[in-house]
Amino acid sequence: MLIKDVVCPFCGCLCDDLDVEVEGDRIIRVDNACTLGSSTMVGDHRLKNPIRRNGTRWEDTTYDAAIEEAAQILLDADRPVLYGWSSTHGEAQSLGVHLAELIGGVIDSTTSVCHGPSILAIQEVGHPGCTLGQVKNRADLIIYWASNPIDAHPRHMSRYTTYATGFFVQDAQHDRKVIVVDTRRTQSADVADEFLKIKPGGDYAVLLALRAIVRGRADVVPAEVAGVSRVQLIRVAEMCKAAKFGAIFFGLGLTMTAGKNKNVRNAIELTDELNRHTKFIISPMRGHWNVYGSNEVFTWMTGYPYAIDFSRGIAFYNPGETTVIDILSRGECDACLVVASDPAAHFPRSCVEHLAKIPVIQIDPHPNATTHICRLQIPGSVAGIDAAGTAYRMDGVPIRMKSIINTGIPNDTEILQKLYNRVREARGE
Amino acid sequence: MTELIIKNACVFDPMQNIHGDIMDIAIRDGRVVESVRNSADVIDAEGFLTLPGGIDSHSHVCGTKVNFGRYMSPEDMRAGRTARRGKMHVTSGYYVPTTYGNSYRYSAMGYTTVLEGAMAPLEARHTHEEFTATPHQDMLANTLFDGNWSIMEAVAKKDEQRAAAIVAWTLAAVKGFAIKLTNPGGTEAWGWGEDITGIRDTVPNFNVTPADIITTMMKANELLRLPHSVHIHCNNLGRPGNFRTTLETFDLVPDLNPNRQTLYATHVQFHAYGGTTWRDINSKASEIAQAVNAKPQIVMDMGQIMFGRTMTMTADGPMEFNLHCLHHNKWSNHDVELETGSGIIPVLYSKKSLVNCVMWAIGLELALFTKNPYQCLLATDNPNGAPFVKYPEIIGLLMSKRYRDEEFSTLHEGTEQRTSIAAIDREMDWNEIAIMTRAGQAKALGIALQGKGHLMPGAEADVAIYPIKCREVDPATEYRKVVEGFQKTRYTIKRGRVVARDGDVIVEGANSTFWVNPSVPDEHNMAHDKEFVKKFEEYYTVQMGNYPVQDVYLPRGRCIGTEADL
Ligand code: SF4
Repeated sequence: MLIKDVVCPFCGCLCDDLDVEVEGDRIIRVDNACTLGSSTMVGDHRLKNPIRRNGTRWEDTTYDAAIEEAAQILLDADRPVLYGWSSTHGEAQSLGVHLAELIGGVIDSTTSVCHGPSILAIQEVGHPGCTLGQVKNRADLIIYWASNPIDAHPRHMSRYTTYATGFFVQDAQHDRKVIVVDTRRTQSADVADEFLKIKPGGDYAVLLALRAIVRGRADVVPAEVAGVSRVQLIRVAEMCKAAKFGAIFFGLGLTMTAGKNKNVRNAIELTDELNRHTKFIISPMRGHWNVYGSNEVFTWMTGYPYAIDFSRGIAFYNPGETTVIDILSRGECDACLVVASDPAAHFPRSCVEHLAKIPVIQIDPHPNATTHICRLQIPGSVAGIDAAGTAYRMDGVPIRMKSIINTGIPNDTEILQKLYNRVREARGE
Repeated sequence: MTELIIKNACVFDPMQNIHGDIMDIAIRDGRVVESVRNSADVIDAEGFLTLPGGIDSHSHVCGTKVNFGRYMSPEDMRAGRTARRGKMHVTSGYYVPTTYGNSYRYSAMGYTTVLEGAMAPLEARHTHEEFTATPHQDMLANTLFDGNWSIMEAVAKKDEQRAAAIVAWTLAAVKGFAIKLTNPGGTEAWGWGEDITGIRDTVPNFNVTPADIITTMMKANELLRLPHSVHIHCNNLGRPGNFRTTLETFDLVPDLNPNRQTLYATHVQFHAYGGTTWRDINSKASEIAQAVNAKPQIVMDMGQIMFGRTMTMTADGPMEFNLHCLHHNKWSNHDVELETGSGIIPVLYSKKSLVNCVMWAIGLELALFTKNPYQCLLATDNPNGAPFVKYPEIIGLLMSKRYRDEEFSTLHEGTEQRTSIAAIDREMDWNEIAIMTRAGQAKALGIALQGKGHLMPGAEADVAIYPIKCREVDPATEYRKVVEGFQKTRYTIKRGRVVARDGDVIVEGANSTFWVNPSVPDEHNMAHDKEFVKKFEEYYTVQMGNYPVQDVYLPRGRCIGTEADL
């Protein structure tokens, strides 16, 4: 059977035009997806049932028993952290918030280790953005700043920017200019009209120089800024001002290098400045397919996009204090529920060491690095494959993920609802 | 069968011409009925002011830009924090509270139905998700068509039927309630960083004017027999001298529907400015009210501002950018492909600012100069003019000249020359307030037939009992009792259940979302229209098949079907 318009559960592009052929409960072919997308849809090494650690061995267990054990772990904890959430659907994220509120825990998402600084910058100066279709239909200038779409978001250029035909941009190759800014020549840089190679850590200075030029103060800019010549900076600033519609897409190279949120703030302020000459927007390249969804759901429920601490009864937010890395590195957390992510593979060593010491429950369909340190792993189905649910694209467009095969595995919402009910019951509510 | 009787209620129900009678209200299975059995539960209203549940016909509480308002302002979230208590979830925020925060506070104030003022169709799913997390009010969503490419193309061809067909398809797809036009044409111009300066300007690349869009959409609206009229945020919001644009827009309005208005103009305070710059801004409320008094086919809401901090958020992207350039505060913008735009910035309305004082006066003047309270409804364009928790103060100001004078004496002294608020003696009565917050709202939205805004047998049993002895209190002098009384009901009853008592929400809510599904003949079904489908395939970034909001997003959806006249 051929299913059309399937949504890809891999990156923040959330491509929704996949054609997928299924046979019974197997996916046998995926069209339109990039290699990252199709290997996610086809390759599947799932855990078949919940497993629990018994001494040094793993033993199989049932969903009910696993949920009971998970509930006990959370009930016994003084400072539980509920972490992950970027690769599950919004309905599960929403239950995560309710659960964290109920047990007075902390809820945080992978945002904490990717675009957290972008959010801090947005909270200071705002965010002139738009949906990706605005860019596709109007933009004649695209800037990829410290992001490498060809590797990380392979269809971003063909669906939304460089190669996408739009209403006002009928001949994309010819009508659009592309600028890439990075510390090394990436594949994306190879297709750019202009490549700014900046010295590592030089983003802030380069952004500042561009802002000065756009404001008409090229005279204060030295001959070279972080490896980029003034001549090139002036050329780029002129390109920006001459564009009818420009779009900046920035990645972790800006958020996770020296300067962090200050870099992003500077980039937003450059965009703001450019709006006094023409139309310009800026957008973070969000990685996981629903990491932005976690920010949205957390925000409408608690007021804050990530790192929310309920231990005081109210929703308390102070990144740097209530963010997962900080809590773990202080050794504060005494139980952790990991949902749809793999902290053991990405966190600093000291944090992983602390996780290894405390009971960790993982709700994830696949065995991964975190499996090695967890006490209990409960596999759920995968949104977009065998579970339906909501996801938010990197630009905030909400899309419904389809369930295209039936595996009979409970989805994350069902698992979390049971867990929530169990905890509530045990607390006599 | 659940039965409830409210005894000794001092009822104001303008639609039934009940003005302060002491009576009982019988409720069975969520509806008002003639009588109930003796075994029914009893609430003693003790002669307190009892009204149909409050309705807000224009508020921003759910969806993309509201949530972005929260997202970008942790400083606000610290302001309204409450802990988890009983059935109440944690809440945060003062001017853009969390969904639960909005819901609980509206409930405490006796509001049971709220219309979200602006939903971008492409992002409708988000609005509906937040609706389900706003458990204590029935919700409705104005759907944005101001910069819709397919609509503008139909308008350019003067094809009202096609415009209607596109509206029908879209409302059904996104589970929307009514047509919203925000700065018609201006949001498309903002796609290029431009704006529209009058209703006769041409929209870049589309060969239509705002006047064309408004005129065509009013007709399309009636062709579809939609419950509500076109709901407009006029061009030129917040610009000195813009009252002319507003009056020109009003001039376009024919009388197309005997049961309700043909145009609903929202937050008219922001559209009633005289003068040429911020320096000589003055009130043109009297001119605007005169036009409305002469045209029963227009209903407006006040868009009252109240002093203090708040957040402005609107689909009017260019206006927000201008405001940003003025205030230099943080600015967010979010344009939506093929449809609309939006912007958000925080503001502080200050008594030290003459402009703000003039704005404050204009909102009140609009209400006080409008003869028929059914034509000027109470709203702040929450949170733009002020958060909705300020409604009780506005009620106090409308009911008491003394309260207005007291406030006025604290304002910038230039206010007197620029406005006529100080000279107005009118003081509203309970009945007029009930109209401006209930009966008029229901009638304008076209939901009286759904059992909203009144307490006739068959009505939804949405009732608010305020701790105000309305036969004893003189609002003109005892306005503090009025303000306090409207802040917290004794009981808020939604569909027959007590949901809030003395300000606390006591049950887990279960709201409904009302949406409209106009039935059109097959030849007008846009799903089969080649040009319309091509638009999706080529220019949207989501597939047409993935665009409609699935039924799961409206767990308690209430569909209002209409038979289109196409
Ligand atoms: S670009 Fe991203 S969303 Fe699109 S197919 Fe590839 S991995 Fe999936």
